[in-house]
Amino acid sequence: MFFWSLVLIAVGIFSSFIYGRSRIKLNSKKQGTKSKSLPNYYAQYVLMWCLFPALIVYFSWAIFQEQIIQNIVISNFEFIEGAVYNEGLLLAEIRNVANNPSFADGKSIEIINAASHYSSLRQISQISFYTSIIIIMLLGALYASQKLKPEFHAQHTIEKYIQYILIFCSSVAIFTTIGIVFSLIFESLRFFAEVSIFEFLFSTEWYPFIPIREGQTAAEGSFGAVPIFAGTFLVMVVAMCVAAPLGLLTAIYLAEYASPRVRKTVKPLLEILAGIPTIVYGFFAFVSVAPFVKAFGQSIGIDASPTSALAAGMVMGVMIIPFISSLSDDVINSVPQSLREASLGIGANKAETIKKVILPAALPGIVGAFLLAISRAIGETMIVVVAAGTAPNLTGNPFENVTTVTVQIVVALIGDQEFDNPRTLSAFALGLVLFVITLFLNIIALQIVKRYRERYE
Amino acid sequence: MNNSVAKEKIISLRKKRSLEDMRFKYYGFTAMCLSLAVLVFLLYTIFSKGYTAFQKTIVLLEVDYDQEVLKLTPDSSDEEMEKGKFFRVKKQAIENFFPDLSKSDIKLVKKLFSINVDNEIKHYFLDNPEVINTKQQIWVTAHSDVDQLLKGNSRRDVPEDRRKLNDIQLSYVDQLVEEKRVKQVFNNFFFTKADSRHPEIAGVAGSFMGSLFTLFTVFILSFPVAIGASVYLEEFAPKNRITELIEVNISNLAAVPSIVFGLLGLGVLLNVFGLPRSTPLVGGSVLALMTLPTIIIACRASLKAVPPSIKEGALAVGATKTQAVFHHVVPLALPGTLTGTIIGLAQALGETAPLIMIGMIAFIPNIPTGLTEPSAALPVQIYLWVESAERGFQEKSAAAIMVILIFLFMMNAIAVFLRNRFERKW
Repeated sequence: MFFWSLVLIAVGIFSSFIYGRSRIKLNSKKQGTKSKSLPNYYAQYVLMWCLFPALIVYFSWAIFQEQIIQNIVISNFEFIEGAVYNEGLLLAEIRNVANNPSFADGKSIEIINAASHYSSLRQISQISFYTSIIIIMLLGALYASQKLKPEFHAQHTIEKYIQYILIFCSSVAIFTTIGIVFSLIFESLRFFAEVSIFEFLFSTEWYPFIPIREGQTAAEGSFGAVPIFAGTFLVMVVAMCVAAPLGLLTAIYLAEYASPRVRKTVKPLLEILAGIPTIVYGFFAFVSVAPFVKAFGQSIGIDASPTSALAAGMVMGVMIIPFISSLSDDVINSVPQSLREASLGIGANKAETIKKVILPAALPGIVGAFLLAISRAIGETMIVVVAAGTAPNLTGNPFENVTTVTVQIVVALIGDQEFDNPRTLSAFALGLVLFVITLFLNIIALQIVKRYRERYE
Repeated sequence: MNNSVAKEKIISLRKKRSLEDMRFKYYGFTAMCLSLAVLVFLLYTIFSKGYTAFQKTIVLLEVDYDQEVLKLTPDSSDEEMEKGKFFRVKKQAIENFFPDLSKSDIKLVKKLFSINVDNEIKHYFLDNPEVINTKQQIWVTAHSDVDQLLKGNSRRDVPEDRRKLNDIQLSYVDQLVEEKRVKQVFNNFFFTKADSRHPEIAGVAGSFMGSLFTLFTVFILSFPVAIGASVYLEEFAPKNRITELIEVNISNLAAVPSIVFGLLGLGVLLNVFGLPRSTPLVGGSVLALMTLPTIIIACRASLKAVPPSIKEGALAVGATKTQAVFHHVVPLALPGTLTGTIIGLAQALGETAPLIMIGMIAFIPNIPTGLTEPSAALPVQIYLWVESAERGFQEKSAAAIMVILIFLFMMNAIAVFLRNRFERKW
């Protein structure tokens, strides 16, 4: 369906273009007047009327087809009195049987009936899909061809359409934000319908094990996210302890001391550090740093766990060094040269100038850079998934195993996703917290940096 | 008297101050060197752990293609040959691998071979059907445990119950080494096979193709949209609230953690729109939304770099604004936008977390052939191998990292080349 419909649309585009071009030439010859715009604009006009309605049909079909078919199949399903059904599993089973007749052995008659219903609906949908695409394209071309008269300003219209397309492109960013906010809030509300928001934010017990089947008497799950927040905070602090001094000192050295040649070679090298995928850092933490931390802990008499906040945090710190150094470098460079010269002129040496003049002047920008780095560290996933633990642990000891918000999101969504189970939904609540905090940090940081820039411009 | 004390004081103070200056400079230098040292150490770790994965261990096995055992005749058709009883041939070959093997030892020897040996014996035969009723010396793949032992990745001096190979198996391996019936060759499986439960036949071909399909989707979706958005914001947008909202939105989206985009993909693309799980189509869509801000920012920068005189010249000779922008400004900015897009794609290539969210973490043992087929992606494959308990997967993950780093390096090299080749200084 995917491929052939694209071919169909492509054929439509091509022929409508040719048609529009030849038609306007014919019309203007018939009337004996020159057309207001070049023939290509008329062709484009027909093309757009052919293409966009077809694309709308195409996407709405792709999006809604499966939903509608499933709803019809479920509503016509012959439920047996007394039996308990899980809608998701039932649908999966029906789909399996429909796609693969060999799975039908041993399935109940209702399921086999539903499966054949499902496949017949799919067939109907396919046929009507192709016919409606063809009809829509023809209708569009027909509408457009009525306008193909020499006195019609095709170019103006086309340019107006192009504006609409461009506006649509730029509003994709807004749609994305809306999509993020709504999906997070919607699923989080479902989560908070079962778990109180106060328990989530202030309780310290995180045991997200809810009985999946009814009658299974496991302990009630509890969703107190404090240990997770604490773990995230601990890893972030460790990371900043590594990245803040290293990044800032590197930036100072590069901006104030280094020769242009050193700058030119070191900056791209640091950018390599920024371009390395985070899973690679995760591997590094897991293979090199975590065993080292464990051995180090043992040598000073601390029982370190193989996956520790320290290992994950240190590697995360390395990851955000280039982030801090390049942002701080920019900030330091934008401190006006006159401040530097004034300080040097009254006899301060370089270190004193940096410490007493440049850094205080650049402080707001540096704080902004640190906030951005913190937001990056909080949202980082793969390093902590590999090198920190999965078990929640309320501790301040960096040698111990902790877990973070991102790890818990991954843990909740790997494997079976049951969207009526608070365990799965908890991922969205945690995601909402993560989104709000990083957004908040980001807005503050950008504000600070912006105000700082304005001060020296 | 007083004067000289003061002088001395000043001199000592100056010494102290210049020492302080030196020290501060030295701190900065050390910090820079430390950061670079970590980079070197990181690359060294990956290389030293991973280079062995490009070799595999093979064992010389004498196979007797007896027609009785195979239940074939020299003039069997191809279809019959496909169904030959090759596992029986393999069983026989292993029983005769060492002289006078006891029953329990046969079991142990069998574990020295890869699960893929059946296949290799079969393919050797299908390629050379004339070997029927002859004995052939074939090099077949060894089990990952043997492989790891010979590469020195697993140690022999640990107690027997913590080793994968017991003492008897070790002595057999030693015997093989002595008789030169085992050697290491280039590991073609690593580049031609998809994931597997068995480290010796696991490869990156499947996840590599998955990554390619994903990147293709990202490119198709994000490049036109990014160009459209940046052309609008840079050239057409009126200065009003909505434009400002869009700009704030873009800069905020650039800072949203990638895992949140994964949740968006799960909550909207999979659950609401019902797109197929684990496919490059969904993965690519999510990554396209994620990299869009990066690409838009780069595109806007390169549009801004085109001098206004070009547009004004076009307007002066009577072009409309749309014509001036699309015929003159955009083509000139195109190299810059392409560079930005490639950098965005490089970012998308390394992204793991969103792909895990939309289910590209499933175990996929075959190489995907389309956008709507379940597949893995390189970074997720690395994650799966890092998390795997099997020793043999560790070198695979490091080697897969090398593959992804080389891929990234090439993309960046292309971006730099494009920039240097086509960028104009105005």
